[in-house]
Amino acid sequence: MSDQATNEGTEMSADEGSELHGCPLVDSRGQEVLHVPRDRYTEVLRALTDEGYAMCVDLTAVDYSRFMDRDLPEGIEPERFEVVVNLLDISNRRRLRVRVQVPESDPVVPTLFDLHPGTEAMEREVYDMFGISFSDHPDPSRILMPEDWIGHPLRKDYETGSIPVQFKGAPT
Amino acid sequence: MLLSELNRMSSHLLFMATNGMDLGAVSMMIYGWREREEVLRFFQKVTGLRMNHNFIRPGGLAADLPAGWRDDVLRLLDMLPDRLEEYDVLMTGQPIWRERLQGVGVITPTEALALGATGPILRSTGVEWDLRRDMPYLRYDEVDFDVVVGTYGDAFDRYAIRLNEIRESMGIVRQILDRMPSGDYRIQDKKVTPPPRARIDESMEALIHHFKIFTEGFRVPEGEVYVGIESPRGEIGCYIASDGSPTPYRMHMRAPSFVNIQCLPHMMRGGLVADAVAVISSVDPVLGEVDR
Amino acid sequence: MGIVDNVLSDGLGGLSHNVITGRIEDLVKWARSRSSWPASFGLACCAIEMMATGAAHYDISRFGMEVFRASPRQADIMIVAGRVSQKMAPVLRQVYDQMMEPKWVISMGVCASSGGMFNNYAIVQGVDQIVPVDVYAPGCPPTPETLIHAIETLHGLIESGEIMRRRDLTGAGADIHVEEIPATSTPVLLGSS
Repeated sequence: MSDQATNEGTEMSADEGSELHGCPLVDSRGQEVLHVPRDRYTEVLRALTDEGYAMCVDLTAVDYSRFMDRDLPEGIEPERFEVVVNLLDISNRRRLRVRVQVPESDPVVPTLFDLHPGTEAMEREVYDMFGISFSDHPDPSRILMPEDWIGHPLRKDYETGSIPVQFKGAPT
Repeated sequence: MLLSELNRMSSHLLFMATNGMDLGAVSMMIYGWREREEVLRFFQKVTGLRMNHNFIRPGGLAADLPAGWRDDVLRLLDMLPDRLEEYDVLMTGQPIWRERLQGVGVITPTEALALGATGPILRSTGVEWDLRRDMPYLRYDEVDFDVVVGTYGDAFDRYAIRLNEIRESMGIVRQILDRMPSGDYRIQDKKVTPPPRARIDESMEALIHHFKIFTEGFRVPEGEVYVGIESPRGEIGCYIASDGSPTPYRMHMRAPSFVNIQCLPHMMRGGLVADAVAVISSVDPVLGEVDR
Repeated sequence: MGIVDNVLSDGLGGLSHNVITGRIEDLVKWARSRSSWPASFGLACCAIEMMATGAAHYDISRFGMEVFRASPRQADIMIVAGRVSQKMAPVLRQVYDQMMEPKWVISMGVCASSGGMFNNYAIVQGVDQIVPVDVYAPGCPPTPETLIHAIETLHGLIESGEIMRRRDLTGAGADIHVEEIPATSTPVLLGSS
């Protein structure tokens, strides 16, 4: 299970120059990662679906506000948030990871719901935890936290630990 | 690998129990727990705990298998087939059981793929997809097992898949027993694994080393990685982004139930209210994964 | 054992050992402790161990507790098994409020008792912030043996009346009070005109 992570000590420079649909394709510890600009996100995802990556296994986000000098390919500007989509091609048995940079000033990403209905809950989770909204999402509400919760807990500037009990409507 | 297969068995036995209970076969619950208890007793012997073992660690296992483990596993393997036969008699062939499950909660392969469902739900629709076979991790490429698939994508298929996966898992465990290599239970990389307990008592350096690993950990290279394995309920994925420090910068678990539960509306559409219980139970959701 | 024809003349002694005399309080305590039905409130991994306690090997029915009630109105003991998320807290309190007095709470596992390893925004740091807890069962997750020990401890407390005494003193738990309602109108007589 941990073979990939421990054995391959190489930095992500294996095939630096390669491209897929005009987006830089890099190798991260033996896994393929595609860096897609936000304005071409749905377009590229649709093309990938036609190519066989028909299953969206996972969709999550990372708040890189404390790690802005990370390794990114040429032409990709680091932004605070990153939406990470894991795609699976079950006929050819391959995975592909798509990373999209999302600026803090305008944290909006087009939804994948039309393409992969299974991302409905995952996008709501990302909205709940990071405050990244997905445009045209059918139900853009909180999923894990209570509806009247303030803030987005997985942002790096969100305080953790000893938080007073916050809930409504129950006599204490 | 032995442990993960045994855990799969225990999980599926739990499913047998809860599925039976949800559908009114209360005695099935008692039977399922009885067998699970046997598996857990082996875990307790090996890891010291019944659940939440924290036994598989970076660089290997936490400890070696105890003496006599082979006999324990063999006893388990001898006992289970008869008990599974009992399940067959009690549920599989029983008309009431079939009536409640067959044709209930049907989902098509296209729907399952679009919704990102994995595990028994995807396989019940006839899609052969098992990460153990298709993207082998550990040593799954060296053992011989069948991927159980269904045809109709209904609740009965999902039940039958889980029952037969217990049998497949037993086959895998038998093969592991034959081929279990001798040797160290973890790699001897001083950066990753702590020193053996005996050395800590006699050497100051070993104590410091032990202390370093358990307080600070080890530094991993920068980057990000996603690893998915086949859990009893589907694909459990772990996405880790690292900034080069000993603690992960961001860790995200892809929980199978969280995704699988989205299938429920599609399975229930047009069905009876009374079947809702059967459908929910056949997805076998762990609500701890859903409401994280 | 003869049959008593006339209690007034023969007295209770004639019933020989068919009768145990005792105080009504003791009888109530005994009955309460021997048939305390739990409300299943499984929240996380502890719930699996709670179910294991109910199953064949550990057999919780030895303590008259095998009926896990899904309705809080039929339950006496709430076993909070697992971490309580902030979202679940109001629900938990509501279930507790709906339970009939006398009612008791067992907090099962470190997560329910103190938040455990989840010292963060999502988890209530101890279910005792929401409901009064009578017995804490330690462990992650507690083994069925631990849970049974917690149940036994609670039964002991119920039987000795300790819990009720404490509630009288501190006012903890829900308010039990007996109020005399004065007769305001003429009583209605049944069966006669």
